[in-house]
Amino acid sequence: MSLLRVTSPHASGHSRVSAVMRDVLLATLPGVVALTAYFGPGTLVNIIFGGLIAVACEYAIVALRDRDPSLAVSDLSVLVTSTLLCIALPPYAPWWLITIGVLTSVLLGKQVFGGLGYNPFNPAMVGYVVLLISFPVQMSAWASPRGLTEVPGITDTFQHLFSPSTIDAVTAATPLDLLRQNTGLLFEDLLTSSPELTGWGGIGWFEANLAFLLGGAWLLYRRVFTWHAPIAMLAALALCALIGYDGGSSQSGGSALFHLFSGATMFAAFFIITDPVSSAVSNKGRLIFGALIGVLIYLIRTLGNYPDAVAFAVLILNFCAPFIDHYTQPRVYGTRSRDS
Amino acid sequence: MRTIHDIHGGIHPPERKALSRPGELGTAPIPAVLVLPLRQHLGVPALPVVTVGDRVLGGQTIAEAQGVMSVPVHAPTSGTVTAIEARPIAHASGLQDQCIVIETDGQDEWLSFTGIADWQDLDAAALVERVRAAGIAGMGGAGFPTAVKLSPGPARSIETLLVNGTECEPYITADDTLMQCQADALIEGALILAHIVSAESILIGIEDNKPDAIASVEAAIARSGAEVELATFPTKYPSGGEKQIIEILTGQQVPSGGIPADLGLVCVNPGTAVAAKRAIIDGAPLTHRIVTLTGEALATPQNVTACLGTPITALLTHAGFNTEPQQRIIHGGPMMGFAVSDLRAPITKITNCLLAPTPTELPLPEPAKPCIRCGHCAEACPASLLPQQLYWYARAKDHEQLTEHRLFDCIECGACAYVCPSQIPLVQYYRAAKGQIRDSEQEKQRSDNSRERFEARQVRLETEAAEREANRAARKAAAQSKAAEDGVDPIQAAIERAKARKADQASEPEQTP
Repeated sequence: MSLLRVTSPHASGHSRVSAVMRDVLLATLPGVVALTAYFGPGTLVNIIFGGLIAVACEYAIVALRDRDPSLAVSDLSVLVTSTLLCIALPPYAPWWLITIGVLTSVLLGKQVFGGLGYNPFNPAMVGYVVLLISFPVQMSAWASPRGLTEVPGITDTFQHLFSPSTIDAVTAATPLDLLRQNTGLLFEDLLTSSPELTGWGGIGWFEANLAFLLGGAWLLYRRVFTWHAPIAMLAALALCALIGYDGGSSQSGGSALFHLFSGATMFAAFFIITDPVSSAVSNKGRLIFGALIGVLIYLIRTLGNYPDAVAFAVLILNFCAPFIDHYTQPRVYGTRSRDS
Repeated sequence: MRTIHDIHGGIHPPERKALSRPGELGTAPIPAVLVLPLRQHLGVPALPVVTVGDRVLGGQTIAEAQGVMSVPVHAPTSGTVTAIEARPIAHASGLQDQCIVIETDGQDEWLSFTGIADWQDLDAAALVERVRAAGIAGMGGAGFPTAVKLSPGPARSIETLLVNGTECEPYITADDTLMQCQADALIEGALILAHIVSAESILIGIEDNKPDAIASVEAAIARSGAEVELATFPTKYPSGGEKQIIEILTGQQVPSGGIPADLGLVCVNPGTAVAAKRAIIDGAPLTHRIVTLTGEALATPQNVTACLGTPITALLTHAGFNTEPQQRIIHGGPMMGFAVSDLRAPITKITNCLLAPTPTELPLPEPAKPCIRCGHCAEACPASLLPQQLYWYARAKDHEQLTEHRLFDCIECGACAYVCPSQIPLVQYYRAAKGQIRDSEQEKQRSDNSRERFEARQVRLETEAAEREANRAARKAAAQSKAAEDGVDPIQAAIERAKARKADQASEPEQTP
């Protein structure tokens, strides 16, 4: 009889890459629902359209690279990349903006390095930054929240994708934008002139952040990633905001709560910086990685030229990750320290 | 109550231990042919002391130890030596090794043994010699010669003898069964071993998933009246690793590259303790061991006492083996065992389990996907390594970084590969990388030796040349100083002499033959 010769271990657990990716996709649901509820179906249409482009692109490029394209697509990683990018894009973005972003993410962010597992940078953030630098006008046109304006229906939104004239998408500055552009008003006066700022993080923004926090907590519970990077990022951001907040003057950087629940904070903490491929590997490393992102987000938000700062902060720290890894190797069993 | 410490990482694979009904111990029939490898332990193979055609009795020494890192082999029953040759053995390499083949005669005639009842009166050296002569090697899986372990040297004083009854690998119940069926012998053996290493205390550690073994050992301790501590701790793989159980029970870590004796500990398997009891009190050598026969491809999974050298196929047949397509036979457990390549291979002193799983029971690995550096492996690693980094560097053959990331502290427990969502055979990468590093170190050693030889030769040649030069210079100086003294130029004098010789030759040409 012929015996099969394989090496140990012969038993294996149930964790699979595709299941991890599926969990991440599922965990974006609350956030997407919140964004749709407050800003209309723009984000949803982004995700659907971007997903189609992403799968087609990944399939084609992997086939070109002479690998098994169905295997690559079936791990769902490309859908995670496109979904995360499309959530970050402004709702009601034109088709070409989404397409350029997705292609950049998949090709320049991921496949040029060898596909899944080899990308030094977060692919979604690569796509986002390329768009932000190339098309600042379109990228800063975020939708006005429900309540302040009428939000379009889903059919109109799909049509809008290709012929922007079909709906009168009302765009407005995001709360972070308002705060950054504010030069002379006390926070209270700013609030009166800009009702979007109502609530802890602005209308819709607070709810979306809360929803992403919920999805992130579920991923933590499912042990898809560890708490280190997200908690460190949120704590560092809150701490910086606390130090920089002076109670609401015109120069104020916004309260800690505002920073935690506005912009892409929670989305970044649980869905962007937790990308394992491009982050630091050890728990200690992830603490540093997350904390530095938090600090950078605050600095770029308050001092920089862009309304939000997640993409830049993440890419900069992606650069640093191998360096952090080098200095944060855990103490191995039976050794005194890293060097002994 | 002893404080139980937690170890980093670890996993909880399905235990499947009930399958082989721990606690019930049968006896495997004596097979027609026994194949006894000369190396059933870690170290130098034993040297045969029988020749083909010899009749041997049970318990007779058939191969002697060669040196310290070696243990003898004994005949497990009576019969005739029919061959001493290379045979397939149970080894991960699938290679053959020298074995003594005995055709059994069914008489099962034995030598008579004389034990020592008052072993307390003997000194350690005499007892260690008996342990060595009984052919005892660590029965937990590594097969380290027990006599060597019992001689940690005067520099290390031993405080505690630790009996490792963890048996954390899924499926295996050999130690569980031994602790239930031979608990008294276990305690006696532990007392003997503790006496040998002059340990002040004896500690037995058992995972809490073996309540029957715990109760049985507890009762045996009470019967013996000896001071033996029994500690139980939560079930987690790989708590039974020597380094792991030591941390669990003492909170201390064995220094990297060190041994438990550095912490004043000697750690043995329960089977080894029972074997020591037999060797000293009964005077009997190690010829049998308990083997778990398990897996869903067997009709009657069970634990048996089997003769060392029994072919694997005989034991599997005994347990009602039905071959499945894509059959694997695993020697050891599902986490650290290896797939046997030839069923004619025999069981040895280290065979604690033969696992015959069906493909649905232990599915074959899926094709590996790329590492996404999720870090689950690092969370599972009991040595606190970064398996994802080691994998990266192993693929890049970056030996410097592998050493920096402490590849050699990997115990190959397989926890990382078990949790890997990409199904990467991580342990295989580490094994290969360790082999490559050892090879390249040997290579480096060889080239260093050659370089040293070459450099030594260069130095020698240069010194010789320098000496010659110095001699020449000295001669020249001497000649010059002589010339200065005599007032005759030596060169001029030499020319004069040569001219005179020439003139002589010219005047006597007829003398030339």
